[in-house]
Amino acid sequence: MKYYDKLIFEISRPGRVGYSLPKSALSNQQSAISIPENLLRETPAELPEVSELDVVRHYTNVSNKNFGVETGFYPLGSCTMKYNPKINEEMASHAAFKGLHPLQSADSVQGALAIYYHTARALSELTGLADFTLTPYAGAHGELTGLMVMRQYHLMRGEAQRTRVIVPDSAHGTNPASAAVCGLEIVEVKSTADGTVDTNDLKGLLDDTIAGIMMTNPNTLGIYETQVVEIARLVHEAGGLLYYDGANLNPMLGASRPGDMGFDIMHINLHKTFSTPHGGGGPGSGPVGVAAHLVDSLPNPRVVKGENGEFKIQDAVSACGRVATFMGNFGVVMRAYTYILSLGKDIKHVGPIATLNANYVKESLRDAYYLPIDTVCKHEFVFDGLADKSTGVTTLDIAKRLLDYGYHAPTIYFPLLFHQSIMIEPTETESKETLDDFIDIMHRVAEEAIADPGMVKSAPHTTPVRRLDETTAAKNPLLKYRDLA
Amino acid sequence: MLDKIGVGSIDDLFADIPASVRLQKEYDLPEAMSEEEIRAHFDALGAKNKQQVIFAGGGAYDHYTPSAIGALTSRSEFLTAYTPYQPEISQGTLQYIFEYQSHICELTGMDCTNASMYDGATAAVEALFMAVAQAKKKNRVLVSSTLNPAVLSVIDTYTKYKGIAVTLIPEADGRTDRAAMQAMLAEGDVAGVLVASPNYYGIIEDYTGFADDVHGAKALLIMQCDPSALAVLKTPAEWGADIACGDGQPLGIPLSFGGPYVGFLACKKELVRKLPGRIVGATKDVDGKRAFVLTLQAREQHIRREKANSNICSNQSLMALHITIYLALMGKQGLREVNEQSYAAAHYLHDELVKTGLFASAFPDAPFLKECALRTTLPVKALQAYLAEQGYMAGIALGDYREGMDDCILLCATERRTKEQIDELVKLVKSYEIL
Repeated sequence: MKYYDKLIFEISRPGRVGYSLPKSALSNQQSAISIPENLLRETPAELPEVSELDVVRHYTNVSNKNFGVETGFYPLGSCTMKYNPKINEEMASHAAFKGLHPLQSADSVQGALAIYYHTARALSELTGLADFTLTPYAGAHGELTGLMVMRQYHLMRGEAQRTRVIVPDSAHGTNPASAAVCGLEIVEVKSTADGTVDTNDLKGLLDDTIAGIMMTNPNTLGIYETQVVEIARLVHEAGGLLYYDGANLNPMLGASRPGDMGFDIMHINLHKTFSTPHGGGGPGSGPVGVAAHLVDSLPNPRVVKGENGEFKIQDAVSACGRVATFMGNFGVVMRAYTYILSLGKDIKHVGPIATLNANYVKESLRDAYYLPIDTVCKHEFVFDGLADKSTGVTTLDIAKRLLDYGYHAPTIYFPLLFHQSIMIEPTETESKETLDDFIDIMHRVAEEAIADPGMVKSAPHTTPVRRLDETTAAKNPLLKYRDLA
Repeated sequence: MLDKIGVGSIDDLFADIPASVRLQKEYDLPEAMSEEEIRAHFDALGAKNKQQVIFAGGGAYDHYTPSAIGALTSRSEFLTAYTPYQPEISQGTLQYIFEYQSHICELTGMDCTNASMYDGATAAVEALFMAVAQAKKKNRVLVSSTLNPAVLSVIDTYTKYKGIAVTLIPEADGRTDRAAMQAMLAEGDVAGVLVASPNYYGIIEDYTGFADDVHGAKALLIMQCDPSALAVLKTPAEWGADIACGDGQPLGIPLSFGGPYVGFLACKKELVRKLPGRIVGATKDVDGKRAFVLTLQAREQHIRREKANSNICSNQSLMALHITIYLALMGKQGLREVNEQSYAAAHYLHDELVKTGLFASAFPDAPFLKECALRTTLPVKALQAYLAEQGYMAGIALGDYREGMDDCILLCATERRTKEQIDELVKLVKSYEIL
């Protein structure tokens, strides 16, 4: 197929239109906007002038240069790229919700509030926490909101000095960044050789300046933190709170609940565990759940159930504040709610099957790729590059070669604990046949690395574009159409 | 599969979880539902919503959404893709972000922008953070009282935890009090000033001289704006602002009970290294083909961790695509027409209500586009409840947000409101008075 590389601005022709507005009975003859001249735009915005067919063909061609979960297998560690069932999309575009204004009176949006309320109840049941806010827009926004709840809790108890938060050295980059935005100082806790939190190191860090600790469990290596109960005891005894980064929640469905582990606050990435699409980088949704003693600190507004079963939108003075203009990505919540209804009680199979798939791939590939930590994993695991280090073929090369074979690359160079990290997460929605095909290709790439390393190092060869000049892009930023002229 | 792994059962894969925290019960959730049952369930819930004709804005505007947008944004290649970290197979996402950036720069007049923010409120917060980061040693910002109260509330929350001082600039006759701002700037510790156009009351404020005032105090001027209105209104760049921010919802994103929408944040090129989030740049591949890539990543959380200026990672990419396609379809002519028709509808509504003798402009002679504040002799809340019963969302009761405005209502009409709907609303208002 012919490669399409035009920008929408490049197919613009004067006078062409792609919209259809009714003739207004109100636009008066002069049709002018009668506003003082000095408040009006001096030069018109050069927006494209294109027909509807131009637009549809353009974006269809543009989409063909993309790779989604429906294009092929997406073993992207830490991102839980599971299939997003079509019924989620159908329900999210239900006509009875599309036209609701976010400031309509509560009695006129009872259906929408019911979805908020019941989704929060289901998340509470699945995590063992007392209540959730569904407002945060994404995982990082959830982290920040959760940390605000943490600080608010300490402030209300008169412990303003608790401004330090413990983060493992293997944590997602958003953890320390969220803590910094929340005005917290970061203290790193070391990992042991198997990638779990070093409890001895932790003990030395705990005092009355500690607000809490942020953890993922399973951690970024896909390993369950078996010391979690002890960690919870230590942190709570020191007056701190435990924050659970829900990026890795998927394998815990049906296995273990963060609330039971001792966590006080968590966020969930609905676009990971609850099957809402990633959209090329959002909109996601990052609900924040808390244990009973923190419910009053959740951000405003909250959806609560009244005495007569009606749903209300409520503000509390004890809240940590407000984190969004309205109540978050409602459309994403609708998708997650649909997913929860589709699986119901059977959602307990999600974690076990995701874990089975991950361990199967790991054991099938450990002959060709170096497995630095040899233990049972949960939803994901990490190789440290090829087993044979003599070829000079790096993790980046392997990732790029996989693109030629029609696979999305795994997450690479994360976690930072190893030099050549390849992080693989197959998810529960993939069949054994898909996994076997992927395993075959991974073996073939390992063989190619020995037989023809130059070919692997120059991959990809069959993608719409090949390796890019990222250095020039950063040195001489061209960030909009006008910069190209 | 179990043989390959070398365990006897799936349960064995969870043997490392301490018994005390291993899930021992069935989840208290309903049985799995079929698609037909789910449809019926949503239909039943949907029936509990009351569909209303929207005469309100307050940060969410009922504009027309062209049909082609949904057909294109729902393509799975866009919808189910991850963040474009593998550029060779993500040119679709990277290209539309580049086009989105071009559109936002065109509307605001700014040099650069990022791949999107969560919403207008968080974009305003990040703009203030940029100003503080740029100023290095100054830690105070000024924010006009004429901003949307929800945005003010989000700013208050974020700055409280981050440790940034915020001073509200008072309003005078519904506009930012310039003399008060000048006095605050004279104190010398201000990093940035945030104003809005149009402001919360729908007023198009005259910011003549503001940029000179702010720059004279070595601070940055930040302007929150309605991107749809920028087809006709003076741009932040033309006002001399350094940063522009706002919510992209007015660009044809359905109301959808508040989300997903999309925030935007744009700035002068001198500030690009303080801009948070993802940025796409043009480059070439090894064969010399034009291509797009995430660039200037050294600013971001996954590289800088706690030293990053922002924690944003996932943003609202698909909604950025939505408004990119909207702007392509509407184009130069369509976006102008949206503004003209909205202006005509809102002014007709205003004039007809004033004619009843029950309403008067809260801020007489203040120029507005599609939203305006009116004082009324009728009881605001009771009137709204009555009109809601008849199927109309009649504005926002300003008394809920502003002192001394219990008799004020913030009304809005976009190009979607017809003469018949407005006439009917006015008729109902009159009938309420007789009741």
